[in-house]
Amino acid sequence: MLVSIYRYNPEVDDAPYMQDYEVNLPEGKDLMVLDVLNILKAQDPSISYRRSCREGVCGSDGMNMSGKNGLACITPVSSAVKNNKLVLRPLPGLPVVRDLVVDMSQFYKQYEKIKPFLINDTPAPAIERLQSPEDREKLDGLYECILCACCSTACPSFWWNPDKFIGPSGLLQAYRFLADSRDTATQDRLSELDDPFSVFRCHGIMNCVNVCPKGLNPTKAIGHIRTMLLQRAT
Amino acid sequence: MVTQITSFGRSGLYDWMMQRISAVVLSLYSVFIIGYLLLNPDLTYEQWGSLFEATWMRIFSLLALLSVGIHSWIGLWSVSTDYLKATGVRFFFQSLCGLVMFVYVVWGVQVLWGL
Repeated sequence: MLVSIYRYNPEVDDAPYMQDYEVNLPEGKDLMVLDVLNILKAQDPSISYRRSCREGVCGSDGMNMSGKNGLACITPVSSAVKNNKLVLRPLPGLPVVRDLVVDMSQFYKQYEKIKPFLINDTPAPAIERLQSPEDREKLDGLYECILCACCSTACPSFWWNPDKFIGPSGLLQAYRFLADSRDTATQDRLSELDDPFSVFRCHGIMNCVNVCPKGLNPTKAIGHIRTMLLQRAT
Repeated sequence: MVTQITSFGRSGLYDWMMQRISAVVLSLYSVFIIGYLLLNPDLTYEQWGSLFEATWMRIFSLLALLSVGIHSWIGLWSVSTDYLKATGVRFFFQSLCGLVMFVYVVWGVQVLWGL
């Protein structure tokens, strides 16, 4: 099988280029894309990519596989190959550090903006802050985000304004704290989001939903944030 | 919070709401005009003229006209902040859009009232 990989080493290369490799895959087995990368790394140790848990939990190996963002470790080669060719590129829109490794600073900066921690100004109880099972249920589909950046880097609004638009991942997390019954900073959080960029740059094209490796729905969370803003202001 | 001063209402929520309200007005107006033309295949000048002389139609048309201005301003403002990265170019484009919309509104009022 032909594997085409985006190569760029800023210390040596003037410009990025695509390098083709021929890989012999074992018969009768559907490897994951990360396995293919590991085979190639043995052939050519200069190929760079991030990986860690190799089971879709850490979110390190987010990349663009034949045009669709996803985690290489849980994407079967069979689903990523097009015309017997596998094209691997870094996540779109973020600066490339080397090969498939991108600089995620901009992504984390947006995450930082939404204050991704519980804020509660009431005195802490002796044991823990209790939550009803119903309230806890509201966090399902939100807390599972692993910050792999597949969604935000699939979003054109994030490509054009990564410094102003929080992006699907950050907004999913923003709603995770807005929806938390133990958080008391809801009004402050909403005030921070009421500008034409942070939330409202989302035009609901749902690229984020299409690529999320954890099957989450940032567009729905963004809709909930809009409703909260609207209810507060009308 | 991202600060900016060139958007329509300076609040994302307000712009978003106005974009939707103006869209509803424009779709109602389009449906009405298309429906009217379909239901009156032998439309005469007098009939068309009397339709636009009615106060309710002038209000409806002015509402639609203002909606075009608001809707296109918010939309084109978004487009300009997405694709025009040089501040001078972006500000020029936004000013031009604002001017064109203002001209259309004034001109439209003249047409509607036959001034």
